Amino acid sequence: MLYRENGQFKSTYRADQQMLPVLQDRVFMLALVAFAFVVVPFFASNYLFLSMLIPFLILALAAIGLNLLVGYCGQISIGHAAFMAVGAYAAYNLVLRVPAMNFLVVLVLAGLIAAAVGMLFGIPSLRIKGLYLAVATLAAQFFIDWIFARVKWFTDYSHSGSVSTAPVELFGWRIDTPAEKYLFLLAVLIVFTVLAKNLVRGHIGRAWMATRDMDVAAEVIGIRPVYAKLSAFAVSSFYCGVAGALWGFIHLGSWEPLAFNLTLSLNLLFMIIIGGMGSILGSYFGAAFIVVLPILLNQIPQWLGVPISTSTASHLEFMIFGALIVLFLIVEPHGLARLWAIGKEKLRLWPFPH
Amino acid sequence: MKRHIPVIALCSVLVVGLFLPLALGLSPPGFWFEVLLGGLMAGVLYSLVALGFVLIFKASGVFNFAQGAMVLFAALAVARLAERMPLWAAILVAIVIMIVLAMVIERVVLRPLVNQEGVALLMATLGVTYFLDGFGQTVWGSDIYAIELGIAREPVMVLDGIFQGGILINRDDVAAAVVAVLLVSVLALFFQKTATGRALRAVADDHQAAQSIGIPLNRIWVIVWSVAGIVAIVAGVIWGGKLGVQFSISLVALKALPVVILGGFTSVPGAIVGGLIIGVGEKMAEVFLGPPLVKAFDLAGGGIENWFAYVLALLFLLVRPEGLFGERHIDRV
Repeated sequence: MLYRENGQFKSTYRADQQMLPVLQDRVFMLALVAFAFVVVPFFASNYLFLSMLIPFLILALAAIGLNLLVGYCGQISIGHAAFMAVGAYAAYNLVLRVPAMNFLVVLVLAGLIAAAVGMLFGIPSLRIKGLYLAVATLAAQFFIDWIFARVKWFTDYSHSGSVSTAPVELFGWRIDTPAEKYLFLLAVLIVFTVLAKNLVRGHIGRAWMATRDMDVAAEVIGIRPVYAKLSAFAVSSFYCGVAGALWGFIHLGSWEPLAFNLTLSLNLLFMIIIGGMGSILGSYFGAAFIVVLPILLNQIPQWLGVPISTSTASHLEFMIFGALIVLFLIVEPHGLARLWAIGKEKLRLWPFPH
Repeated sequence: MKRHIPVIALCSVLVVGLFLPLALGLSPPGFWFEVLLGGLMAGVLYSLVALGFVLIFKASGVFNFAQGAMVLFAALAVARLAERMPLWAAILVAIVIMIVLAMVIERVVLRPLVNQEGVALLMATLGVTYFLDGFGQTVWGSDIYAIELGIAREPVMVLDGIFQGGILINRDDVAAAVVAVLLVSVLALFFQKTATGRALRAVADDHQAAQSIGIPLNRIWVIVWSVAGIVAIVAGVIWGGKLGVQFSISLVALKALPVVILGGFTSVPGAIVGGLIIGVGEKMAEVFLGPPLVKAFDLAGGGIENWFAYVLALLFLLVRPEGLFGERHIDRV
């Protein structure tokens, strides 16, 4: 009844091409953003910020990055945490060696460095795909892990190999309370989401999708696979690099050499499988799911009065993730985002069945 | 001929690298030989895991990421069952468990996903990996367990006359090598001489043609996953007997991925040779390449063996994507 596009006529190209063509969608989105910016900081507890909202925002950014590569360009990667590591260590070294640099510039530079490394490891994708590429990206994961654990220069010769950062300062604004971190991350995430959304609507995104759907046909209609694949690797690694820098500086503060290991890579992949491949919104759903599920698994048995040990909970978490991935691949390969879309379709007709 | 040049170059670099420490006199021949043997033994284990990959890939076109998890699961099962019964009985029960597991995987995961593209199946096996890791540790426990193989621990001194000081060999390593050779021979016989083996090869060659002459695909898949499960038991028992059964087996077994890239996805001999190359290569690199690298770049320790296999596989992908023994058929873009 309420969600209908009847009577909303588009009389200009601008109106036709806007990101959310339906008025109700725009209102909903604005309300959501306003809620996230204004209401949440007042009501959320520190626990909620630190254990859920902040990881969620950063992981959503990383998941968008991986989704651009896997979901939109069809190139599988199980080594994307390595590019997050590149971003984090690049940012650490930039801040360390050029202390005067603005943090936003640091973020962008860290992303660019990660993009360069990502392109380097994306080169095999020009010759191979699918399973073979999975192993090539696995090589990136282990090699980059090793580099940051062993080459002392990157960690500023610290003894344990772990690095720590000072709170971020931006134009005199010191970001150190959880609420401030949340607001900063939210702003960054919104900017990058809008960028990604426009990127995949434009000719670059279309080139990626054509390459994904059928690479030979894409080449026939004039898309250079070299550009399409390498640009996907670059943009995707850029996003992950920025996410990695934020993960290190804002979320962790100090981190060990193996903070960005294979498990994180696989978790990123699970986010986009569960959330929905080839969907920006799906990246949000997937990140939320991966962040919330372990916490729920720890909490629910306590509410029910059957406390389980943390190790049992983590094994259960493994089992549930595994089962869900198989389930989603079989039942709904487009993930939670597709369920959302189906819900919207149903809402348009409601309360009528047809 | 021209396309072989980079491969030949890469292989010669490997061979030269193998003998370089000896030629430069960096180590006494006895020590070099011990490193070589240690590498071969590690290689046998990688080969066993890779064998499971190749079997499943050949018969069903599925890239089974879960092989490492299957090894862990099998090893955990044997280790915990052996606490209550003799080892041979534990292994028999574990075989039954792996066959049931194969049936469940075929019914629940593979059959609904039939005709999906390879990447979706790869991700599904990732899901199976996570499930098996969690399930195995919930059912069997997550501590470190030992498997007692009943082989004397103390190493034997051999070749005393040839090398100064002789060479130390572990008896369980020798047993592992013998078992691996036996397993491969039995598998080869099974594939070449039995009706089921012929059906398996037919399915590997062409799914549709095999189906059209009345070979039941579903049953073949169950069989091949069961065989892979049994190979996983062998790998798990040998590995667990050597190093103890623990979660890290699942991670180390990932090394089988570069092994199959090196040897070729569809080749059983490739899995063996690839495993040996990677086993020897990474041990040699760790022992002889590591210290100079650490000194030259002031690194915080070696650990080259963590990535050596993967980077070697990456190089092979660039010059010869089908692997050393694989069929030359690859989608190029």
